[in-house]
Parts: sequence; structure tokens; C-alpha cells
Amino acid sequence: MARRYVTVDGNESLTHVAHKLSEVIAIYPITPASPMGEFADLWSAQKKPNLWGTIPLVLEMQSEGGAAAAVHGAIQTGALSCTFTASQGLLLMLPNMFKIAGELTPTVIHVSARTLATHALSIFGDHSDVMAARSTGFAILASNSVQEVMDTALIAHASTIEARVPFLHFFDGFRTSHEVAKIEELTMDDLRAMIDDDLVLAHRSRALTPDRPVLRGTAMNPDVFFQAREANTPFYRKTPEIVQRCMDRFASIVGRQYNLFDYEGVPDAERVIVIMGSAAEPVGETVEYLNKRGEKVGVIKVRLFRPFSVEHFIAALPATVRSIAVLDRTKEPGAAGEPLYEDVVTAMFEGPPSGRTSFATPPRVIGGRYGLSSKEFDPGMIKAVFDELAKESPKNHFTVGIDDDVSHTSLDYDDDFSVEADDVYRAVFIGLGADGTVSANKNSIKIIGEETENYAQGYFVYDSKKSGSMTISHLRFGPRPIRSTYLVKKANFVGVHQYQFLEKYDVLKYATEGATFLLNSPFGPDEVWDKLPQELQETIIKKKLRFFVVDAYEVARETGMGQRINTIMQTCFFQIAKVIPPEQAIGEIKKAIEKTYGKKGEKIVKMNFNAVDQTLANLHEVKVQAAVTSKIKRQPVVSPAAPEYVKDVLAPMIEGNGDLLPVSKLPIDGTFPTGTARWEKRNVALEIPVWDPEVCIQCNKCVIACPHAAIRAKAYGSALLSDAPPTFKSIETKAKELEGLRFTIQVAPEDCTGCGVCVHVCPAKNKAETRLKAINLEPQMPLREPERINYEFFLGLPELDRRTLKTDSVRGSQLLEPLFEASGACPGCGETPYVKLVSQLFGDRLLVGNATGCSSIYCGNLPNTPWTKNRDGRGPAWSNSLFEDNAEFGMGFAMTHFKQRQFAQELVTKLSDRIGADLAGALVSAPQKDEADIYEQRLRVEMLRQKLEPHKDQPEVRQLLSLADFLVKKSIWVFGGDGWAYDIGYGGLDHVIATGLDINILVLDTEVYSNTGGQMSKATPLGAVAKFAAAGKPAKKKELGLLAMTYGNVYVGQVALGANDAHTVRTLIEAESYEGPSLIIAYSHCIAHGINMRTGMDNQKLAVQSGQWLLYRFNPDLVKEGKSPFQLDSRKPTKRFEEYAYLENRFRMLQKTHPQEAQAFMQQAQKNVDSRWKFFTGLSELYEKMYKGNGN
Amino acid sequence: MSSIDLSTTYMGLQLKNPIVPSAGPACRDVGSVRQLEDNGVAAVVVHSLFEEQVEHEARELAHFMEHGGESFAEALSYFPEAEEYHTGPDEYLEHIRKLKEAVEIPVIGSLNGVSSGGWIDYARWIEDAGADGLELNVYYIPTDPATSGREVEDRYVEVLKNVKSKVKIPVAMKLSPFFSSIPAMAKRLDENGADALVLFNRFYQPDIDLESLEIFPNLQLSTSASLRLPLRWIAILYGKVGANLAATSGIHNAEDVIKILMAGADVTMVCSTLLRNGLGRVREILLDLGNWLGEHEYASLEELRGSMSHRATSDPSAFERANYMRALNSFT
Repeated sequence: MARRYVTVDGNESLTHVAHKLSEVIAIYPITPASPMGEFADLWSAQKKPNLWGTIPLVLEMQSEGGAAAAVHGAIQTGALSCTFTASQGLLLMLPNMFKIAGELTPTVIHVSARTLATHALSIFGDHSDVMAARSTGFAILASNSVQEVMDTALIAHASTIEARVPFLHFFDGFRTSHEVAKIEELTMDDLRAMIDDDLVLAHRSRALTPDRPVLRGTAMNPDVFFQAREANTPFYRKTPEIVQRCMDRFASIVGRQYNLFDYEGVPDAERVIVIMGSAAEPVGETVEYLNKRGEKVGVIKVRLFRPFSVEHFIAALPATVRSIAVLDRTKEPGAAGEPLYEDVVTAMFEGPPSGRTSFATPPRVIGGRYGLSSKEFDPGMIKAVFDELAKESPKNHFTVGIDDDVSHTSLDYDDDFSVEADDVYRAVFIGLGADGTVSANKNSIKIIGEETENYAQGYFVYDSKKSGSMTISHLRFGPRPIRSTYLVKKANFVGVHQYQFLEKYDVLKYATEGATFLLNSPFGPDEVWDKLPQELQETIIKKKLRFFVVDAYEVARETGMGQRINTIMQTCFFQIAKVIPPEQAIGEIKKAIEKTYGKKGEKIVKMNFNAVDQTLANLHEVKVQAAVTSKIKRQPVVSPAAPEYVKDVLAPMIEGNGDLLPVSKLPIDGTFPTGTARWEKRNVALEIPVWDPEVCIQCNKCVIACPHAAIRAKAYGSALLSDAPPTFKSIETKAKELEGLRFTIQVAPEDCTGCGVCVHVCPAKNKAETRLKAINLEPQMPLREPERINYEFFLGLPELDRRTLKTDSVRGSQLLEPLFEASGACPGCGETPYVKLVSQLFGDRLLVGNATGCSSIYCGNLPNTPWTKNRDGRGPAWSNSLFEDNAEFGMGFAMTHFKQRQFAQELVTKLSDRIGADLAGALVSAPQKDEADIYEQRLRVEMLRQKLEPHKDQPEVRQLLSLADFLVKKSIWVFGGDGWAYDIGYGGLDHVIATGLDINILVLDTEVYSNTGGQMSKATPLGAVAKFAAAGKPAKKKELGLLAMTYGNVYVGQVALGANDAHTVRTLIEAESYEGPSLIIAYSHCIAHGINMRTGMDNQKLAVQSGQWLLYRFNPDLVKEGKSPFQLDSRKPTKRFEEYAYLENRFRMLQKTHPQEAQAFMQQAQKNVDSRWKFFTGLSELYEKMYKGNGN
Repeated sequence: MSSIDLSTTYMGLQLKNPIVPSAGPACRDVGSVRQLEDNGVAAVVVHSLFEEQVEHEARELAHFMEHGGESFAEALSYFPEAEEYHTGPDEYLEHIRKLKEAVEIPVIGSLNGVSSGGWIDYARWIEDAGADGLELNVYYIPTDPATSGREVEDRYVEVLKNVKSKVKIPVAMKLSPFFSSIPAMAKRLDENGADALVLFNRFYQPDIDLESLEIFPNLQLSTSASLRLPLRWIAILYGKVGANLAATSGIHNAEDVIKILMAGADVTMVCSTLLRNGLGRVREILLDLGNWLGEHEYASLEELRGSMSHRATSDPSAFERANYMRALNSFT
């Protein structure tokens, strides 16, 4: 079978081999490894067989710990098995890895290496996870490129089965896992030739089976454990030779030779870098460049890191080497050196077993860190390392790629140094997530990679926000395999697909001299020049750029493409760049359109074809003028009124210049101030809501539904209006309790994402013209400035006294100040309204532990975070520990609060003489059930402070003063999604609610792993399509609330804001005031449901009306009153399940892919709904019966 | 009664009786159509393939498969990509294929198109799937005052001509009653090759929800009273056009069938009565029809077809009068 070239990313490249060489695959999603599991699951669902002709069984587990254990069990019983993971996932596998290795059982864990969370989480790549696994006994094999991922995967599978030592095969997360490249695909014949079936059968013969019973997993005592641990040493000794033999066999079959340590450079090199992973490629590239210019340098690429073969390592080094720099992509604080450095030092000190080396003089070894969390590592930095090696006294334990102005470890480097060859074409495209730029670029790479002799590479940088997110695509095409694993800095082509980016970003910093600049512009070739900011005009002139414009949105509108301008911009690129003849390119674009959309409908194909055909007539070259003429200046990314910290530290990150921030600007322990999101004026909305006070009924439904706190309500005295801006709107309040006050609904024009949820939920129609409501969307641009002024004025109006508001109503609760604002969640997000509501109700005493997932990202992803504080400086304090441990993490908060409050109360009692008996008594025992109680208690604490001030030097008083704030009840919450609550964190959640401690748990149930791209969880409903459930989820959703109710002392509430907002508010308040564990499960519509996010609240309503989602409360406090604790708040279903489900792509899609199964699922789902209703009504009656009359 | 010949000819198809379920939910699954056949229907018109809906679903699917993707590093997509999608008319065409395998009676496809290309392609596919005939369900609502009646009529004729030029199976046109001159329209369609005219289609009509102040379209089931409209126009058209005439709307019992046949219909299409009374209703109607014909000594349907048509009745002006005149006359 001939090999073909394919254009794939690292994850797909890997799975191509792993799926074919496994019988059993256990998976669990984690970035950036999730796609490997997804491919494996999809291919098994598509019935693609493995090497032996059977379809691998792929199963999603509840955690990586579960996946590792399942693999352990599978290989113990003789299956060929593997799994995929990264970062924390790998850490959860460690216990099993020790076992698997200790039992000499072959398997491969494929790792897209990702940073471990320390002072912060990072989804990006480094080797901290892999290095944490280096003592497990797994062999560790690295691959450096998309091609090597496929090749090395095969070598790993072939080696493990022979060596019996399990393998961890890794490659760099994102840089390799997500890089798209043209590679040669291995065939089944290649795999066949590499895998020895005798070894497979030998593995199977060692399986645990009652037919040949043996025992493993014993407990050993001091007498023999040690000896047994040494018994497998020969296997580790043999492993390097086995791997090398596999590499040699691979070379004989495929032609690409790998070695345990590959040396690249001149044979008489004096300076050598030792490195692992993708960064080895640009080091090789730089070595080649420098040697051509007379230097004598080289690089050792470490492939087999464990077992570390000193002999092979020394043999790989040129005898002429005088100095070695070992680069580690990890940091081990407190260690004598990073792991690879330490191994190299040991190797150099120890020497080969023969004791003979050929070095003229023993080389000097230094170590350094680079590339943490995918930090750029480019030829400028590499040259700096070689330059350092040439010094008489080079710096050891250095860092490179950052400015360490604290510990002064960093090397200086030339940011402008480049080794890129002239025959490599480089292009950068800046687009929006929603406009299809990345898809188009992936497609362009495929076209060039597969239709020409050229090699191609694509790497994509995404925003950390989910709404209005920016994407930057870095593409290279050239005649040789591309080794530049760093971002394009000198592009021949820069495409800016969104005009508004010109206002904010230095988009042409990527352009090299003489490059081409393509802009999607609403302004034509004759008018655009004068509309550009000064800085941009300057760059165009200075860099002598050719400049083209196309009004892609106009073409998209004319051809029915909506917001998708991908094929239009792609056509322009091929037309201008001429990397292949434009006519051929257009033919290929059309072929790709046919391939992508052909199976979804001919009309879509025709529409896209039409867009391509209409494009060229709208593409124009702009005559570049000789001088800067513009009066427009690029706007600062944050308001000039922002605090210095925001301007100095956060603003560079927003601008895309975070790389330039020195160490001293960053916190030492990951602590950041709150209240920063409001300073970033994102202006992502094309339209924003406009309030019509005359039509408004002041229900505040728009405010409660807004996912970004971008529409707010306030009531205030009329006297305050004297300074109001001219267009500020105000009307008499309608609520009785607010009589005499004025009322305003105000939009935050620059924070609003334009999702339109507020307009959709508004129940008030303009009676004269029913298409209008009390709020209506209008273009943002003309409103931006006046509404910005209005919003500032609005924020300046005082907040109402919380004690005077009816906070248990929608109207009242929405007059409370939100302390969660302008998050980066998706437009129309179904989760954030709950989070915001919690911040309004309890924000000034709120402490949140947040499970990793969507909520931890929109709550805590830099640069700006949405939590903020009130005028008293109080507000939510928030932290994220991990994914799996959140309930326990929050429990720690509750334990502290319980203990320190108790301690404070003890001290108050002890010191009551000084405090005064009345005050002391009230401080200890006054109720803290509502806003008034809290207010009173805060006053008491203030009095306490005043009374104790004169005695503050006394030890017990000092203690009490530091604990006094604990006397005010804090509101302790844990937030997380269903992946956490139902799956990975369920054990912890279950334990925490069983403790009886006062803690509130909010499950933002999107019924899928949203953050990692829509994988099935145990909350996914039956029949819904999700990743890992391509043919519809066969099992029904777990009844988490019901399980929690069985404890009897847990408050449980199931809510859906879109179905019943008042019920949601009441439930949250009840849950919070319950002095014990509370669990609230909140239906959260999600982009992963495949719905129109503007009307997501309708989906919630239908979920409840159909009985698919029941509203209920279980309040143990009611038992004390002799009442039933269980209240079913849903009415009898009035809609069929189908009426709800078929509004969502997750259900509808199955009709298109598996029509028969879809029908059967629908019937089963309806039965489930019916029986659930029967069960819950029965439960309600049962409870009623149990408690009937008990109160009398 | 078995000696009475109930057979009729429709679009060149020989039918054993004049009862044909119209394009509606009763024909959505093979099992129901089998039951209808067992109950005696002479042919079925399959529910309409709505081009607009097919295209909408395809666009919707394409949109939601990509929506939110390639925006955020952790979630480059939200759904697994399938190898195959049953989009477009596949499901519908498969349904026709299955019906043809499952039943002996003729199967007539029904198409509701929006684009000129759509009418032709989809019609051909329906033919290829094995349909014995095709009903074109055209309903165009002009909202622009600049659109003339003639332009609207031309659309109908264009659709028919296009489809007729591409398919060999007989083609029926299902019409609305909203033409200035139904006979002229019928004549034009007849001249352009319509094998049958189906009078008249019932579509979703708008209603207003007074609480939400929203328009909501819905479909009201017919009653026997609805028969009057097709009765008048079939009676008028009988003998004036070569195309067969099918009556739909308001046929609920044997009496309705007899009346409309007397007016001149070749077949009678039932729908609402099946939804209300179940598929067994067909058998009852056929039984009653046979009984009535027997009791009234008709040997075949041919004898009564058109016997009360505009040209055959003693008082043709009765079909020409509007209701209020009739009321005034009867008062005086």
C-alpha cells in the first residue's frame, strides 16, 4: 500500500496509529488531549477496524483516574490498550502508572504535554506533567513534530509490547497537538511490519484468567518487597536497545531514521544544546543557519528520556564539544536543577559503562528553562543560548524568553533575529472566532499541502474569551518540511478579517517589508485610506506594503452567507498571494466546499460557490499614499481612568503584548485584584438594547437574564437627576415599596455582547407597534458615546439600602448591584445569569470555590476577571483549585469559616467583660438570616473593634481582632459544571453534602462538558448527540438531586431561570439561608446544545414544560415545622419531549445521522419523562402523607 | 353492492374507487399507509416534501455544526462530525421507495417548492424514487402591491411547465381558490399539461394570540361545510378542462363524496376525517357509498359523475349566485 500525504494536526496524527493498535481504549476529556479521544471514539463509532480487523472498544470514564484504572484492568486481562491525557489528567493516572509499570504490563499513554496548574491554571504546553511522571517506571518517549507523533506512536506501541515496560509517549500540547501540517501517513502495512504478533500473543498469555489462574497485586512485607522491586531491573536495562531496534526497523520500512538521542550539527561542534520536544526543531533550524555562517554548534534531540541511556547519550555527543546547555521546559522549584539537566549532568559525571569517553576536555554543562506554558521559543532565544555557551563564565540555571528582573536569571536575546528561508511563504490572518477564519485557513493548508509539492504548516492562536473572540492564524508553506515551531513574525501576507481590530491592535506588526496587506473593509479602495489610524498608515508606508480591500460582509450578505466570510477571504488570499495559480485555487476551494458541505445539503454548497464567484469583483488594490494623512489614532485598550495596575499590567496583555511584561510585574502567588473587567471596553456588540421607559413594566426580567450584567436597573431619588446627562432616561417607579423614586434601565454599551437575550425575554410590547418591546436592539456605533456617558452616570447613582428591597423577588433582586460583570462567557450564556444572581444576593459576603471548566474560565481567565466589589470594598473572593476536587476545596472554606467563627465567638465570650455583656451576647447569638440581620451584625463587629482598639496589644484581643470579620456569616459557595458534579467530582460532592456543614453548591448543568468542546457527561440526556456519544447517548441522565435528597439533611433545589425566574431567586435564597449543605442544580442552556443563544431561555422553558427538567425544592427545615420537605414546583407537562428536543441540534442531529435510532430514542425519552413525572408526583404525595398532621 | 363499479381514472391511473387520502399526516409512515390500503383507499398522496424546510434544515444543520467552533482553544468544535447526514430529500424519497415496496395501490408524491431549480430536481427525484404521480402544491402569497394577478398566475404555469418538461409521470396541480378567474387559471394549467387539478389546498393561516400579541399560524381541520367551495368550482370546471378534477377539503362522509362526484370530481381526497375518526373511516365511507349507490340504483360512478355539474344541472345559475343573493331570494 502506497503512503499518501495528509494534512492533519498532531492529535489526529497520533490517533491514526493508536486506534489501529488497540483493542480497548479508555478516555476522558482534557485539553489539549481531548481530540485524541474524540477521534478514537468517532472512528470506532464509524466502525473503523484496528490492525487485527476488529473495532476497538472506546469508553469514556468518569475521570483520568478511572481511565488509567480501566487501562490497567484491560492490560492485566490481556487486551492491547492505551489512553490519552495531559496535565492534571496525567497526575490522576500516576497511582495506576506505578502499578502498571511495577507489573511489567505493556501499554502506551499518549500525552499532549501541558502545564500543571500551580499559581494559575494554563491549558498550554510544557513538560511539567510529563516530568511529574518520571518516577513511575514508565518509559518516556518524546516526539517533536506532527510527523514524528505518528512515527513515534508506532515505535512506542511496538517497543512496549516487546519490552513489557509501559510507555508514556508525549508531544507538546498545542504546539504539536494542534499544529496542522502536511505529513506522510503510515499505512496498515507499515503497522503490520512493525508489530510482532508473537509478542501480542505472549502479552495475552500473561493475562489474568480463571483458565490459568494466578494472583497479582499482593501485599509484601519488608522481607521481600525490596528484592521484588529489583527483579524487573533487567527489563529496564534492555529497553533502550529494544527502542533503538524498533527505530531501526521503522527506518528500514519507512525510511525515516530516529535514534534515542539524535544529534544534528557539524561533527566538530563545540557548543551543543540538549533539548526535548517541539523546540528541538527550531534549534536544529538555527544550528543549520549558524553553522552555514561558520559557527560550530549542534543539538541533541532527546527522544527516549526514560530509561535514560547514558551510553547512548555520550555516544551521540561530538568529541569536540566544550560546552553543553540543557534546556528544560519545566520548572522544579528548589531542585538542584531541572530534570533533563540533572540527567545530563549525571551522565557526564558518571560516563558510559565502559568508562571511556572521547572528549578532549570534559565539557561544561549548564541548564536553563524555556517555553513554560507554550511561551514562544524562537531562533533569537536559541542564538542567545549558544552565545551564552560561548562565554567564559556562562550563566547557569538561566531562563530564556522572558525578562526576569527579579532573580536576573534571564538571557538577553535579539527579538529580530530570524533564520527563516526566503522560499518559505508566511502568512498571518487575524479574524473573529465566528467568522470562520480558522476553518478557512485549515482548508488553505490542506489545499496547498495536498495539491502542491509544498509542505505546509498552520498554527492557531485563540482568545481567552468566548464572546467576540479574536483568532490569529500563522501559516507557512515551503519546499521542505517546516521546522519553525514558533509564531510567524515576518509575514509575507497579513489578512485582517475584521475592520474593528484596526482600532485596537497593531495588526501590521507581523508584516515584513514589501508584504501584502488584505483588509476586510466596509470602505472601498478610494475612501479607506483616510479611515485608517495614523499608526497603520505609517507602517504601510514604512514597510512598503501592497494594500488590498474587500467588503467581505457585503459579499456575504449578497450571497446569503450571513456572518461567514471564510471562503470569501480565502478566495482573496489565493488571488493575491498566488501561492498556486488562482484558477486552480478556486477549483480547490470549491472542491473543499463540496467536501465539507456536500453531505449537509446542496444548497449550502451552491451558496458557498456563489460567494467564491462573487468575491473577485469586490477585491480592489488600494493606492498607498506617500504620506500619513489620517487624524485618527489607535484607541487605548483600557480607559484612561483605569487604575494604574490595570494600565500597567493588564492592558499589555489585552493588547497582545503580555510577553513583554517582566517578572516583577506579576504576582508572586497568583493573587489578582478584582474589579478589573469593567476597564476593558471590548465593544463587540454590533447592536445594543435601547430602553423605552413608557412601554417598560419594570419587571427586571431583562436584567436577570443578561449574561454579562450589561443591562442594569436602579431606583433612586429624583433629586439625583439634576446632573443627569441629556439622553439619560428615567421614569417613576411602579413598585409600591419604591414609591416616589425614579427608575432606570441602563445598558453598558461597551460591555454588552449584543446577544439579544434581554430583548427576547422582555414581556412588554409596544401596543401601537407590536414588533417593538420595552427594549429593542439598535446599532451600537451611534449609541456608544452617549450611552457610555449615561452608564457612567448610572454607576455613580447610589445603590438602595439592601434592607429595603424585596430581594426574594425578581424585581427586587435585580435592583441589587451585580458583583460579577462583563465576563468573557459566550454571548447568551446560560450559566452566567445564575452566577451574577448569586453575586447580587450574597456578593458582599461571598466566597467561591470554582471547579475547572467554563465557569472557571469566564470567572478567572486573564487578562480581566469579572468579579468586582461594592462601594464599601466588599465583594466576592474567588478561587479555583482543580476540576475533580472542588466540593472538597469549598469544604475547606467552610471548615475555616466554621472553626474561626467558633473561635471568635469563644473569644467574644471570654472577653465579654471588656466588650459588654449585651454586645457580646448579640455578637455570638444574634440571627443572621437576612440582609437586616447581616447589617446589624456588621455594626456590632464595628462596635467590637472600637471597644477592643485600646486593648489591641493583648494577645487574645489581637487574635479576636484578626478574626472579628468571621462573626459576620459568610456565604460559602462552590460552583461547577455537570462534568464536575456528576462525573469527576461526584465522590467529593457526595462526601461534602454528607458532612452536614453549611455550604452551598451550585451545579451549572449544561448536560455536557462544555468547556472542552461538548463531550458526554452523566448529565447528558438520553438520545442527545455529544462527543463520545456520536450515535446518541444511550443511558438516561443521572438524577443528581434525587441522590442528594436521600440524605434527608441536604437542601436540594432544581431550577431553570428561563422557565421560572422567581422560583430560581427563591430557591437560591432558601438554599443559602439553610444552615447545612445545599445543592442547587441549575439548567443552563449552552452553545454546545446547538441552539440559538438569543432564545436560550425558551429552551429552558420548554425543558420544563415538557417535563424533561423538573423544578423542585427539598428543604429539610420544613420537617421541623411538620411539613413535607419536598415541593414539586413543576406543573404537569404540557408539551411533548419531542417539541423541546427538536429545537436543539444535539437531539435533531441524530435524526440526520441515525434516523431510526433517533425515533427509538425519542420514544424512550418520552417514556422516561412520563415515568419521571409519575415518580416525582408519587414522591411528593408520599412526603405529604408522611408529614401530614405532624405539625399539629 | 359489490356489483357496483366504483372505479375511476385519475391522472391516467386506474383507481378502484374515488377515495384517496390527501397529502397529510396519515401518509407519513408505511404502517399507516398499509392500514389505509387494507381499509380500501384507491391511492395515496404522500405528505408534502417542503423544499423550503429541507433547505432550512440543511442550513440549520451546517450552522449549528460550526457555531461557536474555532473560537476558543479548548473547544474547537461542539459536535462529533458524522460521516453521513440524511439531509435533503433523502428521507422523503426513501419513504416513497418503501411505500412502493409495501403497498399495491398507486403512490403519488407531493412537492412544495420555492425555487425554480428545486421544483425540477425534487420532482425528478420523486419520479426516480418510484412515485406513480406527482402533486405540485403551489401557494404563493403576494404581499407586494406591484405584483399583478397575471404575474402570480404565470408563476404557477411556469412551475408546471418546468416540471412537466422533466418528468414522465403524471402531474397534478393543487391550487388555492384565490384567483380572479379560476376557470381561466384552470384552463391555462390544462393547456400546459396538468394531468389533474386538485381543488383546493388548505394551508396554515395566521391567528393572533391576544395575550402575547403574537401571530401564530395554525391549521384548522375541515368540516363538511368546507365542501361548498370545491363543490362550486368543480361543478363549474367539469367538462371545461381536460385535466382530472380532485376534490379536497370537507369530505367527511359518503354523502360528501357523492355530492362532489356529482359536481364532477374524479377523485375525492380525505384528510381531516381520518385525523378525527381514524384510518378505519375509509372503510365506512366506502360501505356507505356502495349502499347509497345501490339504494339509488346506480351501477357505477360514471353514471353520477358530473350529473349535478354546472352544465348538467337544471339550474346552472345556482352555482353562479353568491350566498347572500340566495338568502334574499329565499326570503322573498
